[in-house]
Amino acid sequence: MFDLEKWQEIIATLKQHKLRTGLTAFGVFWGIFMLVLLLGAGRGLENGMTANFGQVTNSVFLWSARPTQIPYAGLPKGRRITLKPADAELIRARMDDKVDIVAGFNRLGGWGNEQYIARGDTSGTFTVRGSHPGMAYLHSLDVTGRFINERDHREKRKIAIIGRGVQQVLFAPWEEPIGKNISIHGINFLVVGTFTSLSTGDNAVNEEEAIFIPNRTLRYAFNQVGWVGNLTIVPKPGYHASDVEEEVKALLRDYHRVHPDDQAVFGSWNMQAFYDRIQSLFTGIQAFSWLVAIGTILAGAIGVGNIMLIVVKERTREIGLRKALGATPMSIVSMIVLEALVITAFSGYLGLVAGVLTLEAASAYLPGAGTFSHPEIDFSTAIIAIVILILSGLLAALLPAAKAAGVDPITALQDE
Amino acid sequence: MIKLDNLHKYYGTGAQRLHVLNGIDLHIREGELVSIMGSSGSGKSTLLNILGLLDQYDEGRYALAGQPMERLSEKQAAQYRNRMIGFVFQSFNLLPFKNALENVSLPLYYQGMSRKARSEQARHYLEQVGLADRMTHMPNELSGGQKQRVAIARALVTQPKVILADEPTGALDSVTTGEVMELLHRIHGEGNTLVIVTHEPEIAAQTQRQITLKDGRIVATPDGIAPSATEEPA
Repeated sequence: MFDLEKWQEIIATLKQHKLRTGLTAFGVFWGIFMLVLLLGAGRGLENGMTANFGQVTNSVFLWSARPTQIPYAGLPKGRRITLKPADAELIRARMDDKVDIVAGFNRLGGWGNEQYIARGDTSGTFTVRGSHPGMAYLHSLDVTGRFINERDHREKRKIAIIGRGVQQVLFAPWEEPIGKNISIHGINFLVVGTFTSLSTGDNAVNEEEAIFIPNRTLRYAFNQVGWVGNLTIVPKPGYHASDVEEEVKALLRDYHRVHPDDQAVFGSWNMQAFYDRIQSLFTGIQAFSWLVAIGTILAGAIGVGNIMLIVVKERTREIGLRKALGATPMSIVSMIVLEALVITAFSGYLGLVAGVLTLEAASAYLPGAGTFSHPEIDFSTAIIAIVILILSGLLAALLPAAKAAGVDPITALQDE
Repeated sequence: MIKLDNLHKYYGTGAQRLHVLNGIDLHIREGELVSIMGSSGSGKSTLLNILGLLDQYDEGRYALAGQPMERLSEKQAAQYRNRMIGFVFQSFNLLPFKNALENVSLPLYYQGMSRKARSEQARHYLEQVGLADRMTHMPNELSGGQKQRVAIARALVTQPKVILADEPTGALDSVTTGEVMELLHRIHGEGNTLVIVTHEPEIAAQTQRQITLKDGRIVATPDGIAPSATEEPA
């Protein structure tokens, strides 16, 4: 199959026409370059937006919202339903096959209220949130030191993990916060870890001005024993957050004897529905990128086909002579097709490399945060691009090759 | 070596049909040096194309080295051309971007011969035509006579059954014409069969047999006699 002689022939003829080969190659180069840039930029946008979601994209949040508005099962309207740790147990028991994590979370002073935190002479206001062992990823935290462990939970230990924003206010830059105490509402907590947020953008700054303490500690130390602020539910793989959300609410309504149509009693929000919408946007962007880029590649391929037609025309005499000397139609076809393929493959590969290098450079110089981060293309996309390239090269060569094979040696060799 | 029986060739169709070759009977024996003469329009180019398997004939029979050349596919024709026929053209037809050695070895490339074997054989034939010192020269660095000698070496390199030369001296001055004819004679002397198409009586006179075509027929094939009487005024 591999015919060294043929390749030497082709490379020799391409070298003969350096300018023409170069200009043709540039068309294809540009096509692939644009494809890589477009897809990479689309991916960068996607990466940036997805990073905003944090690490868990399918969690369901549930909270107690309004009093009941419809009397039900002999109970009057106007009842306020409070979520309790028992509700989490109930969901876990009834929907074990569908939910991965069910956890109740409390906050100090209610939703989003900032608290006065002091350490020696310095102080600031930050949110104080409860959490559970092993759930740092649920908050998209990158923890230095350690997060809450089982023993903290069991023994209601007074430990805290503080965000970078908190650390900057309460500690001098050279101070090691881990092992020091901070005072939350006059109660001392031992700092065991610090964290930065894995979310990007403005969100991250807010997230980093928070203090996490064990949820049980929070409830018992700050008088929230009777209730949990919200329930966070993470479905098991294969279950859509929206379905789980509805099912959990139905279960809770049933358990708390709330009329099935009384929608406003439990507030809820799931990230997946929003995430899916954003994802479909990116699918659209990607489809558009492919459309534009394939158009560019086709333009390049048509350029190659055009040039090959001129080449065939220009080399009619040479092709005629080759045929007279014994070149079969197949050998002429393969010569033209291989020439086109060599041009497209070589310049396309350069375009791919240049595109990837440009993306790498952009990735390196762009700030890591924001709605656009780490533009990249993956290996399979690169392979698809190369396949498209080779197909377009073949396509480009088809007509010129047929023309070349049809050259009549008689007319080609006639003296002018 | 070449045997034509009642060969006919038409161009076009219907009322416009042109009867270019009108029943050619011709027998060229192995080792002969033959010239084909004729004015333009006499059909000599068509005859040469058919002999060289570059064109198809419509009626009759053509046998080359005992093998019938009938209804050849393009691929078969190409392979026969490659192995049995050597072409020498008026305008040399060397590939301008290949040096003398590469030009000569081109037909061997289409036989699938290795580069080394090709170069060896091509070198041998370039030495034969007296261009041992011009192997790596490009065609534009060679004189007309040298170019035609490269072309002759290329025609010889596959050791063909017959060498067809179409006006081999048409583009050369009288001195180089002499040199090229001398070379063709030497090649003939080595036992090769040569057919030279020419309109120059002086060239035809140097061949063993002159075949004159007129209106698609052979008008005279006197052995060894210059057919000046049958020559059409230009």
